[in-house]
Amino acid sequence: MTITNYDERVLKASHPVPGAPNNWRRFFGFNTDAKVIGIQYIVTALFFLLLGGLLGMLIRGELITPPSDLFDPSVYNGLYTMHGTVMLFLFLFPVLSGLTNLLVPPMIGAPDMAFPKLNALAFWLVPVFSIVLLASFFVPGGPASSGWWSYPPVSIQNPLGHFLNGQMLWIVAIGLSGVSSIIGALNFVTTIIQMRAPGMGFFKMPIFIWTVLAAQILQLLGLPALTGGAIMLFFDLNFGTSFFNPETGGDPVLFQHFFWFYSHPAVYVMVLPVFGIFSELFPAYSRKPLFGYKFVAVASFGITILSLVVWVHHMFYTGTPMWMRNLFMFTTMLIAVPTGVKVFAWIATLWGGNLRLNTPMLFCLGGLFNFIFGGITGVMLATVPIDIHVGNTYFVVAHFHYIIFNTIAFGIFAGIYHWFPKFTGRMFYEGLGKVHFALTFIGATLNWLPLHWAGLLGMPRRVASYDPEFAIWNVIASIGAFMLGVASIPFILNMVSSWSRGKKAPPNPWGAIGLEWLLPSPPPHENFEDDIPTVLNEPYNYGLNKPFVFDEEFYISKALNDS
Amino acid sequence: MKSNLKRIINQKLISIVGVSLAIFIDLLLSKLMASWSYSWLPVQASSAAPYVDNLFAFETGIGTFIFLGCSGVIGWVLIFNRAPKYDESFGEPIEGNTNLEIVWTVIPLLLVIAIAIYSTNINSTLKNLGSKSKYDPQKDLIQNSELGQNISDAPIDVIARQWNWEFVYPEGFSSSELHLPINNKINFRLISKDVLHGFYIPAFRLKQDIIPGSIIEYSLTPTRAGVYRLRDSMFSGTYFSENQTNVIVESKDSYQNWIHKTVKKVPVNGLNQAGILYKKRLEKGDRGWATVPPNPPPMVNEPGDYQQPHEG
Repeated sequence: MTITNYDERVLKASHPVPGAPNNWRRFFGFNTDAKVIGIQYIVTALFFLLLGGLLGMLIRGELITPPSDLFDPSVYNGLYTMHGTVMLFLFLFPVLSGLTNLLVPPMIGAPDMAFPKLNALAFWLVPVFSIVLLASFFVPGGPASSGWWSYPPVSIQNPLGHFLNGQMLWIVAIGLSGVSSIIGALNFVTTIIQMRAPGMGFFKMPIFIWTVLAAQILQLLGLPALTGGAIMLFFDLNFGTSFFNPETGGDPVLFQHFFWFYSHPAVYVMVLPVFGIFSELFPAYSRKPLFGYKFVAVASFGITILSLVVWVHHMFYTGTPMWMRNLFMFTTMLIAVPTGVKVFAWIATLWGGNLRLNTPMLFCLGGLFNFIFGGITGVMLATVPIDIHVGNTYFVVAHFHYIIFNTIAFGIFAGIYHWFPKFTGRMFYEGLGKVHFALTFIGATLNWLPLHWAGLLGMPRRVASYDPEFAIWNVIASIGAFMLGVASIPFILNMVSSWSRGKKAPPNPWGAIGLEWLLPSPPPHENFEDDIPTVLNEPYNYGLNKPFVFDEEFYISKALNDS
Repeated sequence: MKSNLKRIINQKLISIVGVSLAIFIDLLLSKLMASWSYSWLPVQASSAAPYVDNLFAFETGIGTFIFLGCSGVIGWVLIFNRAPKYDESFGEPIEGNTNLEIVWTVIPLLLVIAIAIYSTNINSTLKNLGSKSKYDPQKDLIQNSELGQNISDAPIDVIARQWNWEFVYPEGFSSSELHLPINNKINFRLISKDVLHGFYIPAFRLKQDIIPGSIIEYSLTPTRAGVYRLRDSMFSGTYFSENQTNVIVESKDSYQNWIHKTVKKVPVNGLNQAGILYKKRLEKGDRGWATVPPNPPPMVNEPGDYQQPHEG
């Protein structure tokens, strides 16, 4: 049903009007629709993934040979600092906020987020702090170059002495990013607690919702510590206070506590929703119920609680007393238990299934495989004597890239492909997706697997030059990094061409269970509007003949008719 | 009916044998990987190194077992449980198994407790091998040491700057290289003049951050003669990666000789890798992003030989 005689005003409508030409301009303004905001977040974040990846390839270009020959070391330090900052604050957090915005309201049957205007504000802070951060490339003296930790006293040295300097812009950007994340977290937590469909008790929520709740509560608890530390650092840098400056009686180690109190849980803020994505996709593509739903759900909160009491494992060699090292070693290792519950549950979900290896499933399987590896090196790093040797070496760099790229980014790609038909109304090209997966998996493995050995042999992280004995590992890593750069081509090609001219997507192309799959693709502005379904069971009853919602047939046929 | 029962028993038998065989192979490979893991690390040159390496091998073994076990199952389902094209039928609808959940909660829990206890024990051994505490000026410098016969208990001062190392010996001279006598417990005072630095000797498996504003007492026992790299491990600014020097572990006699020889040497400019690069940068027109200028090299009796080949 295409409307031919429509009111001219629908072209300017802030939401899509069924049948009318698509108003693409809505993606460029202050829009309060969570589905628009979600796509705004994801597209912005993917742009910054390209930028962060480019910075990463420049780093690998420098490190392909032992001496510092491509850039001056001061430039190298700025590049690696900005690589980490862009990837974390401009890519990972926004892209996950984007997926969360797209998925939370439809998955719980809510029309939108609880506070739509705050939601739009949280998004529009992203371009603001991105511009602040990237502007630091153009101020005298260049951008921040003390690493993404910004440990004082290096970070407060300010060689040129200007008030406006890269480090100062970095702190402002991180502060604004924190404000954006807190607004987002308040919104997600309120929405999930208050706006679930009738019948959807906590133990009928999809695991993705569980993990988002666990992650966003972590944001609310942790971010104030980082923000406080950042403000004190700002004062030390620009106004000569001495919170952290040892020359005037401050303590540089105190900043490390503020920093890691948030920044360690931050890793779980990022990885938890990816665990959610794994828990949604493995059952859907194995055609089996999620193994041990309640255990997987509760394990998310086990991770949340434990992750608040592990931060000192980043400081085993900074003068931490032995009893504290032992204590934090133990708490850190305990995280392996709830995480193990999840990993074993996913593997048990695969067992005896009927596996469909399409692009999202391949990214999930690759991510799970890499995560098992990264989890094991994580326990090694938690072990104090081993950490004293490999801490601050490339072993750590290799480990956290195994988590943050080879697991989290893999999960994000899986999520983007899986829900692409739902929110764009178009199917993606499977062939290009598989090429993207193959290049990403091989590139990532070549990039980060060899670096473990460089670290074990004693190559410190953050170096612009290194002794020739580490050359072989670095050459392989650089080849892998450039391969990851190439991998972005099929991905971009796929997303752009599929969204503009891909095959029209049915409401539920994967035969998946979940409220979002009972909606047309793309879902209407207020999702279920007045017909909110009553949830009867958790959404993983593949092959069990247990209805998911009351009168499922009605919603299925309604979605088909509306598409 | 009877043959049916026989078939089920046969199938059970085959799967039990298969699983046992898989576990056996997994154990064998884990054992191999654990013994192989020693070769991934630099030479063992301190009393701490064997403890660290044994612990690493132990965790490599456990890690390999878990990794191969999990990825073996994933590999199995990838081969045998793939859906034919266009087949969207369901797999076995298993919702969960509480006993299994308890098993894979309790076993990892026991495993990490075991690893933590093992590591805590090694922590206290390492503490006895080389203690570390904030320096208390009130305390007598000469301490009774717990291990080895000592040449001198008086500490060597390790002074870190942006970006050079200076080692001040109790005999009253200084060096850009760290010379140590083998099999003696050596005491250090770690001092930073500006920012955070890291005192890291990979062959010793030891690392300690140096924190400006406090002096850290540290000790270690080298156990193997040779030349090793000492690297700054905590990011310290522009020329961080150049902030390394050599540690020379030698016999007691040649160490004594070196001290007698060096005491008499006239002080010269110490090792200054960062200064050389900074000079080049200035010659090229000071291009690049802002940097604090490197500290001038300290005057030392022994500038050392940075180009000397090192192991680990």
